[in-house]
Amino acid sequence: MVESVSWSDKVFSVLCEAEVKQVAYVPDAGHQRLIKLCIDYNEIKHVPLTSEQEGIALLGGAWLGGERGALLMQSSGVGNVINMLSVPNECRFPLLMIVTMRGEWAEFNPWQIPMGQAVETTLKAMGVIVLRAAEECLISETVSSASKLAFEGGRMVAVLISQRALGQKDWNK
Amino acid sequence: MLFRRDAVHKILEKRENSAVVTGIGNASHDVASAGDHPLNMYLFGVMGGAVMTAFGVALAQPERRVVVITGDGEVLAGIGSLATVGVERPSNLSIIVLDNQVYGATGGQLTHTAAGVDLVGIARASGIVNSVLIKDQKGLERALPEVYEKPGPYLAVVEVSPQSAPRVDVPKDGTFTARRFRSAINQEIKDHG
Amino acid sequence: MSIAIPKITLARRPVVTKILESRKDELLITGLGAPTWDVASVSDHQNNFYLWGGMGGAVSTGLGLALAKPERRVLVFTGDGEMLMGLGSLATVAVQKPKNFAVIVLDNERYGETGMQKTATASGVDLSLVARGVGFHIARTIWTLDELSEATNEIYSAHGPVFYDVKVQRSDDPMVLPE
Repeated sequence: MVESVSWSDKVFSVLCEAEVKQVAYVPDAGHQRLIKLCIDYNEIKHVPLTSEQEGIALLGGAWLGGERGALLMQSSGVGNVINMLSVPNECRFPLLMIVTMRGEWAEFNPWQIPMGQAVETTLKAMGVIVLRAAEECLISETVSSASKLAFEGGRMVAVLISQRALGQKDWNK
Repeated sequence: MLFRRDAVHKILEKRENSAVVTGIGNASHDVASAGDHPLNMYLFGVMGGAVMTAFGVALAQPERRVVVITGDGEVLAGIGSLATVGVERPSNLSIIVLDNQVYGATGGQLTHTAAGVDLVGIARASGIVNSVLIKDQKGLERALPEVYEKPGPYLAVVEVSPQSAPRVDVPKDGTFTARRFRSAINQEIKDHG
Repeated sequence: MSIAIPKITLARRPVVTKILESRKDELLITGLGAPTWDVASVSDHQNNFYLWGGMGGAVSTGLGLALAKPERRVLVFTGDGEMLMGLGSLATVAVQKPKNFAVIVLDNERYGETGMQKTATASGVDLSLVARGVGFHIARTIWTLDELSEATNEIYSAHGPVFYDVKVQRSDDPMVLPE
């Protein structure tokens, strides 16, 4: 079956071009394809986490060791990283986070709403530059821009992939 | 006419443990091309602050010669700082202005010096008594000992050709260069404060 | 069944001194609090990265470093409170199986910076059992000097990841600021 190139494939190319070598994640349905691409690719070390804040610390260690990384998580995971962001903030570690949003568009689970609504404010409060990809066609160029800000600008950057851009999935499948 | 890279390399030959602050633009590349050095503080992003930054360093480090190497456009953007320097008279500050008469980083538009604005004149009128114009190799060689040894403040406008020189890899991470510079300048300082 | 709990006799600074006597070009990460003071006072070094925040992140930071530098040995020194806050990271490490990785917990069973309140290890939570459970290659609790000597060799050369929960006395060592 011929599939059009998905945003995940394009983002994967962006990460490869940016020479990302470590990709940390807590699995999320929205990131399923991107995670799989990272797992299957030998040049990237994929690190499944038990909680998202491990990823922030991990990527700090990676940078200390000379490698670039990215953290993939769902919006709920952002709540778990807030204090750990103090470390890249204080030490000026570059940090790239790609966040699939919940709780903001046709969300069926009300428990996702609090953190979904708080993501942008909490990240910005911690000094993270927040970019949004509101449509599928904008996702990979937003990640590319974010990676330059992060790795060439030495900043913490998060790309929020709008729930609307991810499409309404049938979570019951 | 003097070629900027050669002029800067010549000036830096005798730097020893002088601190060098560079103004945004070509000057940073000129200095970096002579060899990156922990005592180089490369400024990026903001026009007009190089002389004052160097002045601050000079005040903090009275035993050390501080040399600021910048361009005519950059100095013009902070022209009042020459008056500040002229009034305070830091004896360990030398200001080198590479005057190619254009804004190099933005497409080569003419600066005011191309229309006759006289930076040496402004410097002298601001109180920087030791202000000279260097137009050629002979002038440069004569001026060199003064950059490092004559009690300052000292200012030299070095006329250079508008011919651009290849860009080099100048460290752009300000946190890194600032802390590297600070720790090279003062072995005892290891912390923020 | 009652089990006799050994008495804690090891003191933290001598423990750290003993372990770091043999350091060569290993890379060290220290968790916030007392372990940072300990390592800085005994062996301040360019190859040390001291954490002063991000409680719970020391092991993860060490993992990122170990993955980036597989040819270098990475040692993480931390405390029981900090380790407990990042307990899940032990599982993350175990899944990655870094051969070049050692964790040393200086376990005084207390939160040192906040008034010496008991941590979970004071009530029998067994960190090395957790490490063994997640799959660390070696995971042991250290109570005596002999055990420490044996562990020290492993810290530097055993196939990782390895984990040592070193029980140390509560003490008031001077807080040396790492430079």
